Amino acid sequence: MFIAATLAILATMVLALVRAFVGPSVYDRILAVNAFGTKTVLLIAVLGYVTERPDFIDVALVYALINFVGTIAVMKFHKYSSLAGPPADRDDFADL
Amino acid sequence: MTFDQFIDIALFAFLAATAIAMLRANSLFAAAMLSGIFSLLCAGLYTVMDAVDVAFTEAAVGAGISTVLFLGTLALTSSRAKAQRTIHWPALFMVFVTGAVLIWSTLDMPLYGDPNAPIHHHVADRYIEDSAEEVGPPNIVTSVLASYRGFDTMGETTVIFTAGMAVLLLLGGPALMAPFRRKGEKGAEATSEPAKAPSKTRSGKGDT
Repeated sequence: MFIAATLAILATMVLALVRAFVGPSVYDRILAVNAFGTKTVLLIAVLGYVTERPDFIDVALVYALINFVGTIAVMKFHKYSSLAGPPADRDDFADL
Repeated sequence: MTFDQFIDIALFAFLAATAIAMLRANSLFAAAMLSGIFSLLCAGLYTVMDAVDVAFTEAAVGAGISTVLFLGTLALTSSRAKAQRTIHWPALFMVFVTGAVLIWSTLDMPLYGDPNAPIHHHVADRYIEDSAEEVGPPNIVTSVLASYRGFDTMGETTVIFTAGMAVLLLLGGPALMAPFRRKGEKGAEATSEPAKAPSKTRSGKGDT
């Protein structure tokens, strides 16, 4: 069953890769990278069970955290064009 | 073909496809995103080869920090690559020769995971058998780092300490430097120590 799960994850990786290759928009690529990171986490976790070492699941959890932080950084960068955050005079909640 | 080999082949195929797509991408943003995928694939391969700590460093540095640094660079420069479609044949030739030499040099290496490989018998036997009596701690890695390789660890710690101090002095600014200034030296520039510490992130320590 774990082997079938691994095959399914590899197939999903291919799909995410295709989306990252052809784009066309920036958001497609960001989403593809994020999805690919999730697939890596899943692959590591499932491989831990295939090779009968479930301790890999801790590693997979830390990867999930890194993936999340990375995506946040990219999104923030794309919105503000810098990593410092919004300019001081900008009010993001003006229209709420 | 075992299942492990199948996963290896699949991951390497993804890796090659990602590298080629990265080369052909004109949008540098896409190239930066693809390099993140490349790092994640490398991390997956390292995990399959049981090098979990190396994989973790690869994921943190490759997919995390360097993607962010690439994007920071793109904000300061252009985000499109200059179209360059001519092939530089001597360079291509050199790349192929270098690659062929590297592959040829791996041919007489011991097989992956071979328990009789020289690397596993150079000093590791003595570490495993005698470290409990010679050093003491039940954890062999602790013995190796703190005793057998003590000078190496001391040098490493010194490098990291120096790098931390340099960053603190450079970023801390005048207020932090004030106590170190002699009188009458008003407004002197903060000492510009080189902040280039060799990155120790991929040294592979702790693999033993």
